[in-house]
Amino acid sequence: MLAFAIRRVVLAAIVAFAVSIVGFGLLRLSGDPAIAMAGPSGTSADIAHIRHEYGFDKPLPVQYWNWMRRAVSGNLGDSYYFRMPVTTMLEQRLPITLTLGVCALLFALVLSLPLGVLAALRPNSWMDRVALTLSVVGQALPSFWFGLMLIVLLGVMFPILPPSGSGSWQHFVMPTIVLGYYATPAFMRLTRTGMLEVLQSDYIRTARAKGLPRWRVVLKHALRNAIIPVVSLAAVQFGFMLGGSIIVETVFGLGGAGYLAWESISRADFPTVQAIVLVYSGFYIVLTLLADLANAWLDPRMRG
Amino acid sequence: MNKKIVSCVALLALSLSCLMVSPAFAGKADDTLVVAWPKEVPNIDAYFSDIIREGVVLNYYIWDTLVYRDPKTNKYVPLLATSWKYENPTTIDFDLRHDVKFQNGQPFTADDVVYTINWAINPDSHVALPSYVDWIAKAEKLGKYKVRIITKHPFPPALEFLADVIPIYPHEYHAKVGPQGFALHPIGTGPYKVTKVIPGKEVDLAKNDAYFSGSPKGKPHIGKIVMRVIPDKSTQIADLISGQVDWIYQVPIDQAEKLKTIPNVTVKTAGAFRFGYLTMDAAGRSGKDNPFTKLKVRQAVAYAIDRQAIVNSLVKGVSKVINSACSPMQVGCTEDVTKYHYDPAKAKKLLAEAGYPHGFTTEFYAYRQPEYAQAMMGYLSAVGINTKFQQLQYSALRDKIRSGKVPFAFMTWGSNSIGDISASTSAFFEGEADDMARDPKVEALLKQADGTVDKTKRAALYKQALERIAQQAYWVPLFTYSINYAFSKDLDWTPTNDEVFRLFQAKWK
Repeated sequence: MLAFAIRRVVLAAIVAFAVSIVGFGLLRLSGDPAIAMAGPSGTSADIAHIRHEYGFDKPLPVQYWNWMRRAVSGNLGDSYYFRMPVTTMLEQRLPITLTLGVCALLFALVLSLPLGVLAALRPNSWMDRVALTLSVVGQALPSFWFGLMLIVLLGVMFPILPPSGSGSWQHFVMPTIVLGYYATPAFMRLTRTGMLEVLQSDYIRTARAKGLPRWRVVLKHALRNAIIPVVSLAAVQFGFMLGGSIIVETVFGLGGAGYLAWESISRADFPTVQAIVLVYSGFYIVLTLLADLANAWLDPRMRG
Repeated sequence: MNKKIVSCVALLALSLSCLMVSPAFAGKADDTLVVAWPKEVPNIDAYFSDIIREGVVLNYYIWDTLVYRDPKTNKYVPLLATSWKYENPTTIDFDLRHDVKFQNGQPFTADDVVYTINWAINPDSHVALPSYVDWIAKAEKLGKYKVRIITKHPFPPALEFLADVIPIYPHEYHAKVGPQGFALHPIGTGPYKVTKVIPGKEVDLAKNDAYFSGSPKGKPHIGKIVMRVIPDKSTQIADLISGQVDWIYQVPIDQAEKLKTIPNVTVKTAGAFRFGYLTMDAAGRSGKDNPFTKLKVRQAVAYAIDRQAIVNSLVKGVSKVINSACSPMQVGCTEDVTKYHYDPAKAKKLLAEAGYPHGFTTEFYAYRQPEYAQAMMGYLSAVGINTKFQQLQYSALRDKIRSGKVPFAFMTWGSNSIGDISASTSAFFEGEADDMARDPKVEALLKQADGTVDKTKRAALYKQALERIAQQAYWVPLFTYSINYAFSKDLDWTPTNDEVFRLFQAKWK
C-alpha cells in the first residue's frame, strides 16, 4: 500500500509539473501579452515599455524558470492587470468558486442518486425513461443557455431570484442548478449501472431471502456497494465543476475565480491565468490522487 | 457511519457559508443607483485603470482635473484651474481655485498639482500608459494657487490630456499611503467618494456633499452609486428588467430596440469617438505581389462597399458614414476630403485597369462585429474581390498587423476618447508598427502638425495629410459607432457623445 501511495504521489507531482509547462507554453502562443496589457489605446512605445518592464523580451525558458522558482516558494507573482499579488486575488475569489462547486456537487448527488436507484429498481419502466431523458437533456444543454433560460424564468418572468451577483444565498441557487445539472447524468448513469449489477448478486438474494424489508435491502446492502465508484467519480467531477464554473460565473456575474480566469485569459494576464491553471489542476490532481488512494484502500485488487 | 455524518455536516456548513447578508435593492426608493459594468477596473487609481473605458470614466466621479471639456460644446472650461495661459509653446501657467477641499478635508493647493504630475511622469511610478503623461517635462509651483507645466516639446493637445486622464491627487495623503494604499482607499476632490471596493464585484460610491459649487460637473444629486460587475450582456438586461440594476450600456442595437417596448425602461442612443475602417497593406509588407499595393485596387475597395446601407441596416443608432481617417468629433479632423461613393461598376473598372479583370482572392481579418465584416464581404465579392475571412482576438490581430502579415482588415479605433486628431490619424500614419501605408509624405505632414501650436496652421497641415490619405485610399473610413444606453424610467439622465457617462449629473424623476 505504501509503495503504491508513493508511486501515485510521484506521478501526481509529475503531472502537476507537466501541466504547468503546457499551460505556460500555450499562454505564450496565444499572443503578445504586452499588446493586450496596453489595451486598444496603447501606442507602440507603451507596448515596448511594457515588454521590457515585464521581461517578455527574455527567452521563454528563462521566463518559465523565473516563474517556477517563485511559484515553488508560494509567490505566484503579481497580476499584470490588477498590479496585486495573485495569491491575494485568489484568496478573495476562490471561496465563491468553491462554494459554488460544493453546492453544485451536492445538488447533483441529491438529484442523481435517488433517480439512479429508482431507474435501477424498475429497468425499462417509465421511471427509467424519465430518468434517462433527464440525463440526456442535462448532458445536451449548453450551460450558458440553460443559465440564461433560468434567469428569464426565475429572474424576470417570476422574479423570485436575483439574476446576478453573489451577495446572498439566493444568488447561488440558479448557478448551483445549472452547474450541478450538468454533472447529474454521469452520476445517475453510474448509480443505475452499479445498482443493476449489485441487485443481481448473490448476497442481495440472500438478504431478500432472509425476509429483510425491501428498502433496507436496497439502501443498506445494495446502494452502499453500488455507490463506491460514484464517490471516486465525485472527486473527478468536482475538479470538472471548477472548470465549468468559468462559464456559469460569467453568466451569473458571481465574480469568483472562474470569472477571473475568463477575464484574465482575454487580456493575457499571464501570472493570473498561470496561477489559476496551477490551482485548478492542483485540485484536480489532489482529488484524483485521494480517490485513487481511497479506492486502493477499499479494494486491494487496485493496488497493482 | 459517524465519519459520513461529520463530512456531510462539513459540506453543508460550507455550502451554507453563502448565507451572507447583503442589501440587493436598487433604485429611487433607497436613493441608490445600481450601474452594471461589463468589465472590472484593474485598480481604482485612475493612472492604472485608464486602459479601460470604465477606468477612464470612474476618474470623473472621484477626482477632478485642472480643466474640463464641456461635452456639449467641446470647449475647455475651468475646473480645478480658474484660468490658464501659454507663456510660450512649451510652458502653460495655471491659476487654481482657492475654495476646493479633498474628501478628507485637506485643502487643495498647488502642491497637490505639482506632486501628482511629477509623480505620474516619474518612470518609477509605472503608470499604465506612459504616453498619456510623458509629454510633460515637469510641473512647478509658482505660488500657493499657481502652477506651471513645462512640456518636453510643443504639445497642442495638452489641455485635452489634462482634462481627460490627469486627475489631481492629495499630495500628503498619497505620499503617506503610497499607490497601493491609495488604490484601496482613494481620496479625491470629485463629486463622489469611494466607500467600498469589492474586487471582482463592485465599487460603491457616495455623494460628496461638500463638492465645490461652481464646478462645471455640477453638484451631485443621487445619494449612492453602486457599480456592479456583470460581464454577460443578457444577464445585465435581465437585471435591468427585473429592477436589480438601474443602468446598463453598450446594448446591442437589436436588444436596444426590444428594450424600448419594456414599460419601466428608457433607451437612449449617443455617439462615440469610436469609428470603423478598412485598412489595406499599401506598403506591401505582407508580400510584394499584394494587390493592395496598387492605388486602383484600394480605390476599387472604397467604391465597392455601400457604407450607407450598412449604417442604415446594421449599425443604426446615430452612426454616420465617414470619409476621413479620424473621428469627426476630434479637433483637427475634417470631412472635407476626397470621397468615394458607392459605385460597383467603377470598382470593377478600376480593378480591370489595375490588372485584375477577374478580381482576386485575399485574406480578410476582423476582431469585432463579424456581421459588419460579412456585409462588406458580400459587396466585395460582387465586384470580384473574394475574401477568406478570419476573426481573431484583438491582441492577436494587432500583433499580426504589426508584424506585417495582414493584407486587409476591418478595424475600429476609439482614441480612448481623446478629442484630438493626434490620438487617431497620428497613431496610425507616422511610420510606427501599426502603419500599413508607410507614406513618408503623410508621416512628415502629421509630425509637423502634431508639433504646431497655431490652430489654423495645425488644422491646415492635418487637412493636407487627411486629403493625401483619402486620395491614396490607404484606409476606407467606414462609420462612427453609436452607444445604446438603457436605464430605469425613474432616472433623469442624458448621455453625451464622448462615451463618458456622467451619472454624477443624474437625478431621480
